[in-house]
Amino acid sequence: MGRMVIVGAGECGVRAAFTLREEGYEGTVTLVGEEPHLPYERPPLSKNAPPAVKLIAEETRYRDLSIDLLRGTRGQRIDRENRRLVLADGRTLDYDRLLIATGARARRFPGMEKACTLRSVGDADAILSAIDAGTKLVIIGGGFIGLELAATARGLGAEVTVLEAADRLMARAVPAEIAAMFEDRHRQEGIRLRLGAKVETLEEHIVELADGSRIEADIVVAGVGAEPITGLAADAGLAVDNGIVVDGCLRTADPSIFAAGDCCSFPYRGAPVRLESWRCAQDQGAHAARAMLGCGDSFGRVPWFWSDQYDLGLQVAGLARADQPFLKREAGDGAFVLFQLDGQGRVLSASGAGPGNAVARDISIAEKLIERGIAVAPEVLCDPGTRLKQLLKG
Amino acid sequence: MSQWVEACAVDDVEEEDLIRFDHDGRTFAIYRSPDDAFYATDGLCTHEHVHLADGLVMDHIIECPKHNGRFDYRTGEAKGAPVCVNLRTYPVKVEDGRVLIDLS
Ligand SMILES: Cc1cc2nc3c(=O)[nH]c(=O)nc-3n(C[C@H](O)[C@H](O)[C@H](O)COP(=O)(O)OP(=O)(O)OC[C@H]3O[C@@H](n4cnc5c(N)ncnc54)[C@H](O)[C@@H]3O)c2cc1C
Ligand code: FES
Repeated sequence: MGRMVIVGAGECGVRAAFTLREEGYEGTVTLVGEEPHLPYERPPLSKNAPPAVKLIAEETRYRDLSIDLLRGTRGQRIDRENRRLVLADGRTLDYDRLLIATGARARRFPGMEKACTLRSVGDADAILSAIDAGTKLVIIGGGFIGLELAATARGLGAEVTVLEAADRLMARAVPAEIAAMFEDRHRQEGIRLRLGAKVETLEEHIVELADGSRIEADIVVAGVGAEPITGLAADAGLAVDNGIVVDGCLRTADPSIFAAGDCCSFPYRGAPVRLESWRCAQDQGAHAARAMLGCGDSFGRVPWFWSDQYDLGLQVAGLARADQPFLKREAGDGAFVLFQLDGQGRVLSASGAGPGNAVARDISIAEKLIERGIAVAPEVLCDPGTRLKQLLKG
Repeated sequence: MSQWVEACAVDDVEEEDLIRFDHDGRTFAIYRSPDDAFYATDGLCTHEHVHLADGLVMDHIIECPKHNGRFDYRTGEAKGAPVCVNLRTYPVKVEDGRVLIDLS
């Protein structure tokens, strides 16, 4: 009988543990999580107030599947020679295969020590319980988490200022036209949005910008991205380069050790990428589990993520590239999808936004077009009269 | 005792598609499969209670518009993360071009 150890009990680690059992694995499965709670979903933390804790699975599910869930337990060190994970409390776990699924932590730039960040349920509680009608909330960073929190806090009646250093919102992951739709909406909702704003100094109740302006705050939250948690791997001599480096099967250079989810850098269509995406973390967890059981397939799922702000939703499938033009398809009600094609006319990425789930179907279809490498004529994509689903049948 | 309710006309649903049907404070999804059979399930996804009507039907699978949870709409079976709770299904019959579902 074997021993599988998973360190990190987030979306990825939990999915890996379940998949091991779904695949019929009968040895021991131990899931080590630093957080005291039962594993929960992070996306609702910035989208709902009060933050309703949404568990990934009820406690009984772990018991029924004979998964040893060690909560409030930190993995401290990997002893590769003896294939052993040393825990912070001194216990040790021997493994045949180890999965590192330690996720990411909220980034803080120097000088931002006094700002709150939002990654865990404790963070969400601390931030949202401090927000009431009239609370002055300053958010540094106009990315997804900052903007979702801005919308949520506005719903509670807070006076919200968002400071973004770039000249537009969500610059890292969505096309400018979609960012503009969200920018308009945030302004309409009464968010004070300052683009090109460089934070000079940050005290607990005052933020000073490079242009000399000073903004009063009851609470300051930094939403300036996340950095992968890679210490276990790096200390064990495994390669780290913007994430724990893995091959197509999500395996590190040590054949007994795998990494997946937000903490890993994996090859996507030949180039290394690291994603911070909920579904990718699930898919990779499941894939890593099968790889731990000996499956040699490469991970090939198309990246996909979403964000909700007010009643607007955005979804992106594939990875948008800065060097390719966008082809626009109207989806009604002001919703639209922007496609990118590669040199051979195959769909590379699709980014859509609009009220509610208006773009969901088109993005779902686009994801399948990307996955299957189907070439589509631009005029077909751009004509809202064509049925995209038909393209999958050809 | 069965309780048949008229949900829609056959022609209201395209092949390999679904529509929303509301009745008595409850909401349902009515599907027409590629082999031209009709099915009915609860309208809301078991993950975050989002309506499935904006989702994509492929063969016998409905994909939730919110986070891609997938169900077999014939049986209601949840097909993996993030959905783990099955959808409730309802008996369906077609009479004179009308689609009826049994809510009992
Ligand atoms: C507020 C918020 C909103 C989000 N919204 C969206 C969204 O709308 N759409 C989307 O696609 N994605 C969203 N995401 C991103 C998504 O939640 C992540 O991509 C996903 O959680 C990654 O899963 P993971 O398991 O790789 O990492 P995590 O969920 O971070 O889990 C890793 C776990 O490992 C634990 N850990 C770390 N080190 C150790 C150690 N040494 N020993 C033991 N345990 C350890 C951590 O405490 C953590 O619990 C959001 C994230 C946040 C924070
Ligand atoms: S609401 Fe359906 S998958 Fe989340």
